[in-house]
Amino acid sequence: MTQDKDRKQHSSTSDSPPVNQTGADPLHLRLAQGLSAAWPICAAYVPIGLAFGVSAQKIGLSPLEIGLMSLFVFAGSSQFIAISMIGSGAAAASIILATFVVNLRHLLMSSALSVFLGKRRSSHLALLAYGVTDESFAVNHHRFLTGEWDWRRALVVNHTSNFAWVASTIAGGLGGQFIAPGAFGLDYTLAAMFIGLIVLQVNRVLHVAVGAAAGVVSVLLSFLLPGNWNIIVAAVSAATAGAVILGMHARESRRRKK
Amino acid sequence: MTHSEYILLLFGMASVTYVPRWIPLWLLSGRTLPRWFLDWLSLIPVAVLSALLLPELVISAPPRHLDPVNLKLFVALPTFLVAAKTRSLLWTVLTGMALYWAAGKVF
Repeated sequence: MTQDKDRKQHSSTSDSPPVNQTGADPLHLRLAQGLSAAWPICAAYVPIGLAFGVSAQKIGLSPLEIGLMSLFVFAGSSQFIAISMIGSGAAAASIILATFVVNLRHLLMSSALSVFLGKRRSSHLALLAYGVTDESFAVNHHRFLTGEWDWRRALVVNHTSNFAWVASTIAGGLGGQFIAPGAFGLDYTLAAMFIGLIVLQVNRVLHVAVGAAAGVVSVLLSFLLPGNWNIIVAAVSAATAGAVILGMHARESRRRKK
Repeated sequence: MTHSEYILLLFGMASVTYVPRWIPLWLLSGRTLPRWFLDWLSLIPVAVLSALLLPELVISAPPRHLDPVNLKLFVALPTFLVAAKTRSLLWTVLTGMALYWAAGKVF
Protein backbone atom coordinates (compact mmCIF):
# COMPACT_ATOMS: atom_id res chain seq x y z
CA MET A 1 0.00 0.00 0.00
CA THR A 2 1.06 3.54 -0.64
CA GLN A 3 -0.71 4.58 2.54
CA ASP A 4 2.41 4.56 4.70
CA LYS A 5 4.34 6.58 2.22
CA ASP A 6 1.56 9.18 2.37
CA ARG A 7 1.82 9.39 6.07
CA LYS A 8 5.54 9.83 6.05
CA GLN A 9 5.20 12.48 3.42
CA HIS A 10 2.72 14.47 5.43
CA SER A 11 4.51 14.19 8.72
CA SER A 12 7.69 15.43 7.11
CA THR A 13 6.03 18.70 6.17
CA SER A 14 5.76 19.85 9.80
CA ASP A 15 2.37 21.18 10.85
CA SER A 16 0.55 21.30 7.54
CA PRO A 17 -2.20 19.13 6.07
CA PRO A 18 -4.06 16.59 8.15
CA VAL A 19 -2.79 13.05 7.84
CA ASN A 20 -4.73 11.08 5.32
CA GLN A 21 -6.07 7.85 6.74
CA THR A 22 -8.81 7.25 4.24
CA GLY A 23 -6.92 5.34 1.56
CA ALA A 24 -8.37 2.02 2.73
CA ASP A 25 -12.04 2.96 2.45
CA PRO A 26 -14.01 0.80 0.01
CA LEU A 27 -14.29 1.97 -3.55
CA HIS A 28 -18.02 2.66 -3.44
CA LEU A 29 -17.58 4.92 -0.41
CA ARG A 30 -14.89 6.97 -2.15
CA LEU A 31 -17.05 7.16 -5.23
CA ALA A 32 -20.05 8.31 -3.21
CA GLN A 33 -18.04 10.96 -1.37
CA GLY A 34 -16.46 12.18 -4.59
CA LEU A 35 -19.86 12.42 -6.25
CA SER A 36 -21.44 14.28 -3.34
CA ALA A 37 -18.60 16.84 -3.45
CA ALA A 38 -18.90 17.16 -7.23
CA TRP A 39 -22.58 17.58 -7.73
CA PRO A 40 -22.89 21.27 -6.79
CA ILE A 41 -20.18 21.91 -9.39
CA CYS A 42 -22.15 19.91 -11.94
CA ALA A 43 -25.33 21.80 -11.11
CA ALA A 44 -23.52 25.06 -11.77
CA TYR A 45 -21.83 23.78 -14.94
CA VAL A 46 -25.13 22.88 -16.60
CA PRO A 47 -26.37 26.45 -17.20
CA ILE A 48 -22.88 27.69 -18.08
CA GLY A 49 -22.37 24.73 -20.41
CA LEU A 50 -25.72 25.32 -22.06
CA ALA A 51 -24.82 28.97 -22.59
CA PHE A 52 -21.50 27.94 -24.11
CA GLY A 53 -23.16 25.42 -26.40
CA VAL A 54 -25.59 28.04 -27.66
CA SER A 55 -22.85 30.56 -28.49
CA ALA A 56 -20.71 27.88 -30.13
CA GLN A 57 -23.62 26.70 -32.23
CA LYS A 58 -24.26 30.31 -33.33
CA ILE A 59 -20.80 30.55 -34.92
CA GLY A 60 -21.42 27.33 -36.81
CA LEU A 61 -19.87 24.58 -34.68
CA SER A 62 -21.58 21.21 -34.73
CA PRO A 63 -22.52 19.47 -31.45
CA LEU A 64 -19.64 17.05 -32.09
CA GLU A 65 -17.12 19.87 -32.47
CA ILE A 66 -18.50 21.56 -29.37
CA GLY A 67 -18.20 18.35 -27.37
CA LEU A 68 -14.64 17.79 -28.57
CA MET A 69 -13.57 21.26 -27.45
CA SER A 70 -15.09 20.70 -24.01
CA LEU A 71 -13.40 17.32 -23.79
CA PHE A 72 -9.96 18.44 -25.00
CA VAL A 73 -9.73 21.84 -23.34
CA PHE A 74 -12.13 21.65 -20.34
CA ALA A 75 -11.69 25.28 -19.27
CA GLY A 76 -14.84 27.37 -19.50
CA SER A 77 -13.65 30.94 -19.77
CA SER A 78 -10.98 30.16 -22.37
CA GLN A 79 -13.57 28.25 -24.41
CA PHE A 80 -15.88 31.27 -24.46
CA ILE A 81 -12.96 33.43 -25.59
CA ALA A 82 -11.99 30.92 -28.29
CA ILE A 83 -15.55 30.90 -29.62
CA SER A 84 -15.67 34.66 -29.96
CA MET A 85 -12.24 34.66 -31.63
CA ILE A 86 -13.20 31.89 -34.06
CA GLY A 87 -16.37 33.83 -34.81
CA SER A 88 -14.39 36.94 -35.69
CA GLY A 89 -12.01 34.94 -37.90
CA ALA A 90 -8.91 35.14 -35.68
CA ALA A 91 -5.81 33.09 -36.57
CA ALA A 92 -5.39 29.76 -34.80
CA ALA A 93 -2.05 30.84 -33.30
CA SER A 94 -3.61 33.87 -31.59
CA ILE A 95 -6.46 31.75 -30.24
CA ILE A 96 -3.95 29.27 -28.80
CA LEU A 97 -1.92 32.10 -27.25
CA ALA A 98 -5.04 33.59 -25.65
CA THR A 99 -5.96 30.15 -24.30
CA PHE A 100 -2.50 29.80 -22.79
CA VAL A 101 -2.65 33.15 -21.04
CA VAL A 102 -6.16 32.63 -19.70
CA ASN A 103 -5.41 29.13 -18.41
CA LEU A 104 -1.99 29.81 -16.94
CA ARG A 105 -3.64 30.37 -13.56
CA HIS A 106 -4.06 26.57 -13.27
CA LEU A 107 -0.31 26.48 -12.68
CA LEU A 108 -0.97 28.10 -9.31
CA MET A 109 -3.84 25.75 -8.51
CA SER A 110 -1.92 22.57 -9.35
CA SER A 111 0.96 23.81 -7.22
CA ALA A 112 -1.37 24.29 -4.26
CA LEU A 113 -2.89 20.82 -4.79
CA SER A 114 0.47 19.08 -5.09
CA VAL A 115 1.06 19.61 -1.36
CA PHE A 116 -1.62 17.04 -0.52
CA LEU A 117 -0.79 14.34 -3.01
CA GLY A 118 2.35 12.74 -1.66
CA LYS A 119 4.36 10.43 -3.89
CA ARG A 120 2.16 9.24 -6.71
CA ARG A 121 2.66 7.33 -9.90
CA SER A 122 3.12 9.85 -12.68
CA SER A 123 0.24 8.34 -14.66
CA HIS A 124 -2.08 9.05 -11.72
CA LEU A 125 -0.86 12.63 -11.56
CA ALA A 126 -1.29 13.02 -15.30
CA LEU A 127 -4.87 11.84 -15.02
CA LEU A 128 -5.62 14.15 -12.11
CA ALA A 129 -4.03 17.16 -13.84
CA TYR A 130 -6.54 16.96 -16.68
CA GLY A 131 -9.44 17.96 -14.44
CA VAL A 132 -7.94 20.89 -12.52
CA THR A 133 -10.43 23.73 -12.98
CA ASP A 134 -11.26 26.76 -10.81
CA GLU A 135 -14.19 24.90 -9.29
CA SER A 136 -12.81 21.37 -8.88
CA PHE A 137 -9.61 22.84 -7.49
CA ALA A 138 -11.40 24.91 -4.87
CA VAL A 139 -13.62 22.00 -3.78
CA ASN A 140 -10.74 19.51 -3.63
CA HIS A 141 -8.41 21.93 -1.84
CA HIS A 142 -11.08 22.59 0.78
CA ARG A 143 -11.70 18.85 1.27
CA PHE A 144 -8.00 18.05 1.49
CA LEU A 145 -7.59 20.75 4.14
CA THR A 146 -10.47 19.51 6.24
CA GLY A 147 -9.20 15.93 5.96
CA GLU A 148 -10.72 12.66 4.81
CA TRP A 149 -9.79 13.25 1.19
CA ASP A 150 -7.43 11.50 -1.19
CA TRP A 151 -6.44 11.69 -4.82
CA ARG A 152 -9.05 9.11 -5.88
CA ARG A 153 -11.89 11.18 -4.47
CA ALA A 154 -10.34 14.23 -6.11
CA LEU A 155 -10.26 12.30 -9.37
CA VAL A 156 -13.98 11.50 -9.03
CA VAL A 157 -14.72 15.21 -8.51
CA ASN A 158 -12.64 16.18 -11.56
CA HIS A 159 -14.08 13.63 -13.92
CA THR A 160 -17.66 13.95 -12.81
CA SER A 161 -17.58 17.68 -13.37
CA ASN A 162 -15.83 17.11 -16.69
CA PHE A 163 -18.67 14.82 -17.75
CA ALA A 164 -21.27 17.41 -16.71
CA TRP A 165 -19.39 20.08 -18.66
CA VAL A 166 -19.05 18.05 -21.87
CA ALA A 167 -22.66 16.88 -21.74
CA SER A 168 -24.17 20.28 -21.03
CA THR A 169 -22.17 22.05 -23.73
CA ILE A 170 -23.33 19.46 -26.27
CA ALA A 171 -26.90 19.87 -25.03
CA GLY A 172 -26.54 23.62 -25.51
CA GLY A 173 -25.35 23.05 -29.06
CA LEU A 174 -28.29 20.76 -29.78
CA GLY A 175 -31.20 22.66 -28.29
CA GLY A 176 -30.01 25.58 -26.21
CA GLN A 177 -31.49 28.13 -28.56
CA PHE A 178 -34.84 27.45 -26.87
CA ILE A 179 -33.57 28.96 -23.61
CA ALA A 180 -33.71 32.75 -23.56
CA PRO A 181 -30.38 34.35 -22.62
CA GLY A 182 -30.40 35.54 -19.02
CA ALA A 183 -33.44 33.50 -17.99
CA PHE A 184 -33.68 32.35 -14.34
CA GLY A 185 -30.55 34.26 -13.31
CA LEU A 186 -28.34 31.95 -15.40
CA ASP A 187 -25.94 34.87 -15.98
CA TYR A 188 -25.16 34.87 -12.31
CA THR A 189 -24.19 31.21 -11.89
CA LEU A 190 -20.48 31.74 -12.26
CA ALA A 191 -20.29 34.72 -9.90
CA ALA A 192 -22.36 32.88 -7.28
CA MET A 193 -20.16 29.82 -7.68
CA PHE A 194 -17.03 31.90 -7.04
CA ILE A 195 -18.63 33.49 -3.97
CA GLY A 196 -19.42 30.06 -2.54
CA LEU A 197 -15.93 28.78 -3.31
CA ILE A 198 -14.23 31.81 -1.74
CA VAL A 199 -16.23 31.49 1.47
CA LEU A 200 -15.19 27.82 1.75
CA GLN A 201 -11.52 28.86 1.63
CA VAL A 202 -11.74 31.54 4.30
CA ASN A 203 -10.93 30.43 7.82
CA ARG A 204 -8.75 33.22 9.16
CA VAL A 205 -8.64 37.00 8.96
CA LEU A 206 -5.58 36.93 6.73
CA HIS A 207 -7.63 35.10 4.07
CA VAL A 208 -10.14 37.95 3.99
CA ALA A 209 -7.35 40.49 3.62
CA VAL A 210 -5.59 38.52 0.88
CA GLY A 211 -8.88 37.98 -0.98
CA ALA A 212 -9.83 41.64 -0.81
CA ALA A 213 -6.37 42.74 -1.94
CA ALA A 214 -6.34 40.25 -4.82
CA GLY A 215 -9.80 41.39 -5.95
CA VAL A 216 -8.99 45.10 -5.91
CA VAL A 217 -5.60 44.66 -7.58
CA SER A 218 -7.18 42.42 -10.20
CA VAL A 219 -9.80 45.07 -11.03
CA LEU A 220 -7.17 47.83 -11.28
CA LEU A 221 -4.82 45.72 -13.39
CA SER A 222 -7.58 44.69 -15.76
CA PHE A 223 -7.40 48.24 -17.14
CA LEU A 224 -3.62 48.12 -17.52
CA LEU A 225 -2.79 44.59 -18.65
CA PRO A 226 -4.00 42.83 -21.79
CA GLY A 227 -5.89 39.52 -21.72
CA ASN A 228 -6.33 37.96 -18.32
CA TRP A 229 -2.90 38.68 -16.89
CA ASN A 230 -4.57 40.74 -14.16
CA ILE A 231 -5.82 37.52 -12.52
CA ILE A 232 -2.41 35.89 -12.32
CA VAL A 233 -0.48 39.02 -11.30
CA ALA A 234 -3.07 40.00 -8.68
CA ALA A 235 -3.26 36.50 -7.19
CA VAL A 236 0.51 36.09 -7.04
CA SER A 237 1.14 39.49 -5.47
CA ALA A 238 -1.67 39.21 -2.90
CA ALA A 239 -0.58 35.69 -1.88
CA THR A 240 3.04 36.84 -1.66
CA ALA A 241 2.12 39.78 0.57
CA GLY A 242 0.10 37.39 2.75
CA ALA A 243 2.96 34.89 2.98
CA VAL A 244 5.35 37.68 3.97
CA ILE A 245 2.96 38.67 6.76
CA LEU A 246 2.72 35.05 7.90
CA GLY A 247 6.51 34.77 7.87
CA MET A 248 6.96 37.93 9.93
CA HIS A 249 4.31 36.73 12.34
CA ALA A 250 6.04 33.38 12.80
CA ARG A 251 9.41 35.05 13.41
CA GLU A 252 7.83 37.40 15.92
CA SER A 253 6.24 34.59 17.94
CA ARG A 254 9.46 32.53 17.85
CA ARG A 255 11.35 35.50 19.28
CA ARG A 256 8.78 35.95 22.02
CA LYS A 257 9.09 32.30 23.05
CA LYS A 258 12.81 32.82 23.61
CA MET B 1 -12.12 27.10 -40.62
CA THR B 2 -12.30 23.54 -41.96
CA HIS B 3 -12.94 20.56 -39.76
CA SER B 4 -9.29 19.44 -39.73
CA GLU B 5 -8.05 22.97 -39.01
CA TYR B 6 -10.48 23.04 -36.11
CA ILE B 7 -9.14 19.74 -34.74
CA LEU B 8 -5.58 21.11 -34.98
CA LEU B 9 -6.69 24.22 -33.12
CA LEU B 10 -8.16 22.00 -30.40
CA PHE B 11 -4.89 20.11 -30.04
CA GLY B 12 -3.07 23.41 -29.62
CA MET B 13 -5.55 24.72 -27.08
CA ALA B 14 -5.55 21.39 -25.23
CA SER B 15 -1.74 21.27 -24.95
CA VAL B 16 -1.27 24.83 -23.68
CA THR B 17 -4.07 24.22 -21.16
CA TYR B 18 -2.91 20.81 -19.99
CA VAL B 19 0.80 21.52 -19.49
CA PRO B 20 0.38 24.21 -16.77
CA ARG B 21 -2.11 21.92 -15.02
CA TRP B 22 0.29 19.01 -15.03
CA ILE B 23 3.79 20.43 -14.46
CA PRO B 24 3.34 21.41 -10.78
CA LEU B 25 1.74 18.06 -9.92
CA TRP B 26 4.59 16.25 -11.58
CA LEU B 27 7.36 18.47 -10.15
CA LEU B 28 6.11 19.21 -6.65
CA SER B 29 4.12 16.16 -5.47
CA GLY B 30 5.95 14.06 -2.93
CA ARG B 31 8.54 16.70 -2.15
CA THR B 32 9.12 18.41 1.14
CA LEU B 33 8.53 22.06 0.41
CA PRO B 34 9.89 24.95 2.47
CA ARG B 35 7.57 26.51 5.04
CA TRP B 36 7.29 29.87 3.26
CA PHE B 37 6.31 28.17 0.01
CA LEU B 38 3.59 26.15 1.78
CA ASP B 39 2.29 29.38 3.36
CA TRP B 40 2.26 30.99 -0.06
CA LEU B 41 0.45 28.05 -1.66
CA SER B 42 -2.16 28.00 1.11
CA LEU B 43 -3.12 31.57 0.20
CA ILE B 44 -3.37 30.88 -3.53
CA PRO B 45 -6.98 29.58 -3.56
CA VAL B 46 -8.55 32.62 -1.95
CA ALA B 47 -6.30 34.94 -3.97
CA VAL B 48 -7.07 33.39 -7.38
CA LEU B 49 -10.79 33.08 -6.74
CA SER B 50 -11.08 36.69 -5.54
CA ALA B 51 -9.03 37.91 -8.49
CA LEU B 52 -11.52 36.12 -10.74
CA LEU B 53 -14.64 37.28 -8.90
CA LEU B 54 -14.28 41.00 -8.28
CA PRO B 55 -13.73 42.04 -11.93
CA GLU B 56 -16.79 39.91 -12.75
CA LEU B 57 -18.82 42.02 -10.29
CA VAL B 58 -17.64 45.58 -10.92
CA ILE B 59 -16.49 45.72 -14.54
CA SER B 60 -18.85 45.96 -17.48
CA ALA B 61 -17.93 45.45 -21.10
CA PRO B 62 -17.58 46.22 -23.94
CA PRO B 63 -15.76 48.55 -23.78
CA ARG B 64 -14.29 47.57 -20.43
CA HIS B 65 -15.26 50.13 -17.80
CA LEU B 66 -15.67 50.33 -14.04
CA ASP B 67 -19.32 49.99 -13.06
CA PRO B 68 -19.40 49.92 -9.26
CA VAL B 69 -23.16 50.41 -8.84
CA ASN B 70 -24.82 47.45 -10.49
CA LEU B 71 -27.09 44.52 -9.83
CA LYS B 72 -24.33 41.91 -9.84
CA LEU B 73 -22.45 43.58 -7.00
CA PHE B 74 -25.66 44.32 -5.14
CA VAL B 75 -26.77 40.68 -5.27
CA ALA B 76 -23.29 39.53 -4.23
CA LEU B 77 -23.75 40.86 -0.68
CA PRO B 78 -26.71 38.63 0.34
CA THR B 79 -25.14 35.77 -1.61
CA PHE B 80 -21.99 36.12 0.50
CA LEU B 81 -24.11 36.06 3.67
CA VAL B 82 -25.89 32.88 2.59
CA ALA B 83 -22.55 31.31 1.66
CA ALA B 84 -21.07 32.17 5.06
CA LYS B 85 -24.16 30.92 6.89
CA THR B 86 -24.71 27.65 4.99
CA ARG B 87 -21.17 26.95 3.73
CA SER B 88 -22.91 25.07 0.94
CA LEU B 89 -22.01 25.61 -2.71
CA LEU B 90 -25.39 24.56 -3.95
CA TRP B 91 -27.37 26.89 -1.70
CA THR B 92 -25.03 29.72 -2.59
CA VAL B 93 -25.46 29.20 -6.32
CA LEU B 94 -29.24 28.81 -6.07
CA THR B 95 -29.57 31.92 -3.87
CA GLY B 96 -27.37 33.98 -6.16
CA MET B 97 -29.33 32.95 -9.25
CA ALA B 98 -32.73 33.47 -7.63
CA LEU B 99 -31.82 36.89 -6.22
CA TYR B 100 -30.27 38.05 -9.48
CA TRP B 101 -33.30 36.90 -11.40
CA ALA B 102 -35.71 38.52 -8.93
CA ALA B 103 -33.67 41.74 -8.77
CA GLY B 104 -33.74 41.90 -12.56
CA LYS B 105 -37.56 41.81 -12.43
CA VAL B 106 -37.77 44.55 -9.82
CA PHE B 107 -35.18 47.05 -11.07
